Amino acid sequence: MSQWLKLVARNVLRHRLRTSLTLVGLIVAILAFGVLQTVVKTWYAGVDGAVPSRLLTRNAISFTLPLPKSYQKRISAVEGVRRVTHLSWFGGVYKDSKNFFPQFAIDAASYLDMFPELLVPDEVRRAFLSERRGAIVGRKLAKRYGFKPGDVIQLRGTIFPGNWEFVICGVFDGRDPKTDTSQLFFRWDYLNEILRVRSKAQADQVGVFAVDVVSLDSVADVSQAIDEVFRNSLAETLTETERAFQIGFVKQTEAILISIRVVSFVVIFIILAVMANTMAMTARERLREYATLKAIGFSPGYVARLILGESVLIALIGGAIGIALTPPVAARLAELSATLFPTLFVSVNTVMLQALAALVVGILAALLPMRRAARVRIVDGLRALG
Amino acid sequence: MTVLSISDRPTGADVLIALSDVSKSYRRGAQIVPVLSRLTFDIRRKEFLALMGPSGSGKSTMLNLIAGIDSPDHGSITVGGEDITLLPEAELADWRAANVGFIFQFYNLMPVLTALENVELPLTLTSLGRRDRRDRAQLALSLVGLSDRVKHLPSELSGGQQQRVAIARAIVTDPTVLVADEPTGDLDRQSAKEVLEIMQRLNRDMGKTIVMVTHDHRAAAHAKRIMNLEKGDLSYLVEQRLE
Repeated sequence: MSQWLKLVARNVLRHRLRTSLTLVGLIVAILAFGVLQTVVKTWYAGVDGAVPSRLLTRNAISFTLPLPKSYQKRISAVEGVRRVTHLSWFGGVYKDSKNFFPQFAIDAASYLDMFPELLVPDEVRRAFLSERRGAIVGRKLAKRYGFKPGDVIQLRGTIFPGNWEFVICGVFDGRDPKTDTSQLFFRWDYLNEILRVRSKAQADQVGVFAVDVVSLDSVADVSQAIDEVFRNSLAETLTETERAFQIGFVKQTEAILISIRVVSFVVIFIILAVMANTMAMTARERLREYATLKAIGFSPGYVARLILGESVLIALIGGAIGIALTPPVAARLAELSATLFPTLFVSVNTVMLQALAALVVGILAALLPMRRAARVRIVDGLRALG
Repeated sequence: MTVLSISDRPTGADVLIALSDVSKSYRRGAQIVPVLSRLTFDIRRKEFLALMGPSGSGKSTMLNLIAGIDSPDHGSITVGGEDITLLPEAELADWRAANVGFIFQFYNLMPVLTALENVELPLTLTSLGRRDRRDRAQLALSLVGLSDRVKHLPSELSGGQQQRVAIARAIVTDPTVLVADEPTGDLDRQSAKEVLEIMQRLNRDMGKTIVMVTHDHRAAAHAKRIMNLEKGDLSYLVEQRLE
């Protein structure tokens, strides 16, 4: 081990309490930064996971307003459209209103064909298609509420009146960690059949059409053509890419996301100030040692590198522990937040950002003490109290 | 005891350190405080010189100038024929590493390094390999009688032992001159005596030139020459020859 590294490593361990407290601060800061960044990223997960060839057609006034189911045939007839399916937000309550999770009424066969990111085993698919009251649930949701195939669950409708019973046909998984497995899908034909009896005005309507286009190059033309079909109708449409739709959805909460992002950087700034204070205190206490080193021939640069090395080493140790703790903490947070965050997957980008933040904190915190120690006159440093 | 005038200076090859017309002042707020004024004197090779004088007389300042850790406002300081006042900072650091061994009042050892590692520290600036560095550091520690304390941290050593480690660190590079600022100022009488005897031995047996600042007459008595620097009359230098 080089003399420099030896001095750096031993200096880190010199004031164990101080180093430990600084490390705790760093760990918490890097962890908080990582979790907050993950929350923001998760919010955008739908945007990142959007399939470029999929379009979503919704009511032009608002996506909360429905469209006639009859539009499906006319959309299918538009040139460049390969297939069309639909989904409707159900918004039911399971036992208690705090048990929120997304529920969608879908055209089962066409929807599962168009959304291959939902991994549905063949036997589950067969059961789902054959059971009118059937529903499939994502792995996370099944785990949270203990749903098993064969269970009959009841949801209280908020948009669609009455109590609704569903038979759990099975569990689906996500193709990648970003796929939301906290959802429940059931058959739209079951919903519609009941609505025809209970609430005729809501029958034969769907929330959104999902459109698969033949060629990526024709995405813009197809969306325009679909909207053109319904121009001047009672329910005009707005067709946009899945990505644009998701961005529009996320934009509604943009202020919150910006706040979270700002807070994540504020946390880093605070720990930078704490770390800079620690390093300044450390360097001030050791001025006589630095002066001694300079007196016996070590350069001001060597002395500065001692401080830099110590600061960066502490920052990297704290950063590494913070990074290591982020996935379990994010997973726990996802569990605690029920279905608000279906997945809190810590991305490589987030890990890199955390490592970079730790490194930057280590470097910036050392700058002023480095400058001071390198510039102090030897005779003044030798007079300094240790 | 002989009192020498400024002009009564050793000449030629005898001279190791020559201060010529050296002035130094410090700024205290708006006030400029002169410490040394047009001082000229020489130090011989293999000399053990004690610099005495009251507090504020400028003896430590003079030591700092000789050691190259401070620079004069005026005049030149030549050590071994080289005018160190002309050296830029980086070269001056190299020069100190090669030519000066420091012994401080409070030892100034690195608290996180063992005695052996402290002594080895200046050698890391040389081209010596690790094994050679270790061997030399061991030898230096044996010269000050601390072969059995190599793995001890400074906090595990007494004041006298720490100062002996500091002496070992000062001599390990075989410097031209040893400068000692109140080397016994923090020690009890017995430890001070041991440290001074080691310094005396280094001077007598190894021919080390030593410049020592001290308040203590007993410590100064171990030197070959004692010089008094009087406060308030910086141009006047009194030299006492004990030999």
